[in-house]
Amino acid sequence: MFDTSRASVSTWVFTIARNRKIDALRRMKRPEPEDLAWGPEAEPDQADVLALRQESDKLAAAIAELPEKQRVLIQRAYFGDLSHAQIADETGLPLGTIKSRIRLALERLRHAMG
Amino acid sequence: MGTINHHLSDALLMSYAAGTLDEGFSLVVATHVSLCDECRARLESFEAVGGALVEECDAVALSDDALDVTFAMIDTLPLDPAPVRRAVPSNVLPLPVQDYVGGDLDRVNWRSVGGGVMQAVLKTKGKDKVRLLSIPGGTAMPDHGHRGLELTMVLKGAFEDEDGYFGRGDVEVANEDLHHTPVAVVGEDCICLAATDAPLRFKGLVPRIAQPFLGI
Repeated sequence: MFDTSRASVSTWVFTIARNRKIDALRRMKRPEPEDLAWGPEAEPDQADVLALRQESDKLAAAIAELPEKQRVLIQRAYFGDLSHAQIADETGLPLGTIKSRIRLALERLRHAMG
Repeated sequence: MGTINHHLSDALLMSYAAGTLDEGFSLVVATHVSLCDECRARLESFEAVGGALVEECDAVALSDDALDVTFAMIDTLPLDPAPVRRAVPSNVLPLPVQDYVGGDLDRVNWRSVGGGVMQAVLKTKGKDKVRLLSIPGGTAMPDHGHRGLELTMVLKGAFEDEDGYFGRGDVEVANEDLHHTPVAVVGEDCICLAATDAPLRFKGLVPRIAQPFLGI
């Protein structure tokens, strides 16, 4: 369920699209975690909603600022429907290079958000 | 709930968030996240990365009837919100596992694999295999290495190996580099959820002969 204090609209849209993709393309069940013991709140705290929106903008800016090679790999990992090993096969890059580029990208994002 | 000390890797959470992880491994991720607030928060971050990437995508033109189709779909939705998905606190199996078993521990269809160890393979569609294992306290699993990835999450009891102590909620991420001998801690039976994408490699001769029969 959409909770404005826990996820941005684009994240919510992303998770719906992902689940549809798994149903349609992969024809697999997607095991889903249990719900949180608390929430969603009937009336989310507006301060939380605002803070989340600011963080989402910051994250988008941080992704846009990633070095090209790292950003492309992150995009493929999310939208290519490929495992990291399959990306290695496709790009001809060693799996270790892919893993370390993704790791570097995540470190940059963490640094930007920290 | 005790403290969880062994968590999922970034690579697993990211693949699960992206929807590229096979079903068996996804089941372990969903089960761990059900018990671990820290990994739930990390997972939400990886989903937020997906959301930010959606924002970057180029726009695509909608078909002419998209709005009508959407309204028609909304009309078919049930009015009540989905009930909260949460296991009864006394249950051993978190809900993602119960979805496969059809209930809690008493519904598991155990099969003996010798030495008091029992297993129940859960039916999934991916290339990976996922099973519940029940190991009597004090018993060692055969010493084994891995050709691929193995995730082992404790649901009840505990085990120890070269990497430390694993209690309820802890998950061990093992790959080719780890050769380990998990031993169930003396006391109650240790019940684990284990997913692998390649057959395990046993050191001793006897388990290797038994392997095709056990399906491990």
